[in-house]
Amino acid sequence: MNPALIYSQPAVYLVVAAFLLATGIYGLIRRRTLIGMLISGELIFAAASLNFMAFNRFTAPDQSVGQIAVLFIMGLAAAEVAITLSIIIAVYRNYRSIASKDLNELKG
Amino acid sequence: MNTFPFSDWIVATIFVACIAITVAGALIAAFTKRIIRSVCGLAVCALGLAGLFYFLNSPFLALMEVLIYIGAVCVTIIFGVMLTEPDEAAPENLSRPFPVIAPLVSLAIGAGVFLGIAKLSLSGHWAAPATLVSDGSVKAIGIALLTTYSVPFELISLVLLVAILGALVIARSGRTKE
Repeated sequence: MNPALIYSQPAVYLVVAAFLLATGIYGLIRRRTLIGMLISGELIFAAASLNFMAFNRFTAPDQSVGQIAVLFIMGLAAAEVAITLSIIIAVYRNYRSIASKDLNELKG
Repeated sequence: MNTFPFSDWIVATIFVACIAITVAGALIAAFTKRIIRSVCGLAVCALGLAGLFYFLNSPFLALMEVLIYIGAVCVTIIFGVMLTEPDEAAPENLSRPFPVIAPLVSLAIGAGVFLGIAKLSLSGHWAAPATLVSDGSVKAIGIALLTTYSVPFELISLVLLVAILGALVIARSGRTKE
């Protein structure tokens, strides 16, 4: 394999996507605030998008299917961020904190 | 192809730089203490990801990644950072039995996920398709979005509308109490 053609190897993209997924999971475990967990979730979304694009480019006969799937992922991620931030703001109004250890009551 | 000297190596260098930007952005997003730096790390990661999408023959999605992730998602998260106080407090002096265990366990989980999936993807044989039905150009994406995928396309717009209305309702309900 010619090292100058590294960008035509699907395994490279898949390893980068695995790294993004691992970083997102680590952040999701370690973060103590809701916004930090939201950012880690976005990293996991990015890993899924990169996987879709890599398999679309290298194994799919129809090259536009994966791109459309990634477009839908981006739309859903935008909707998710809007909903999550409004929930975070509502939580902050009620608790004066968005640390996840303070959110320990179920009755709203 | 080789009209410019070392053009292959220049392209490979740009590709490695894209990977480095993506990885560095993800590390910044996950490991910094202050949350605003974490948001900036997410933006850097999205920029590198857009470069990777460009290398995957999709300049349209590279543009969309920059537009939606950096332009919309990161800015929205920064608004959330402005409206709340997300910075993690100084480490509280709770009597935790094993203060070293938690970071180690989460690091081990992350490393396990990464090594497992990386081993899987390095050992797989990804066969190229025999025939290409569509070349994945912007024209092909547009035609597919308006014919084959028209129902999910409309559903996505409906989901965005409902999400915006729901966000307004949820964020408004606490305001009337005060």
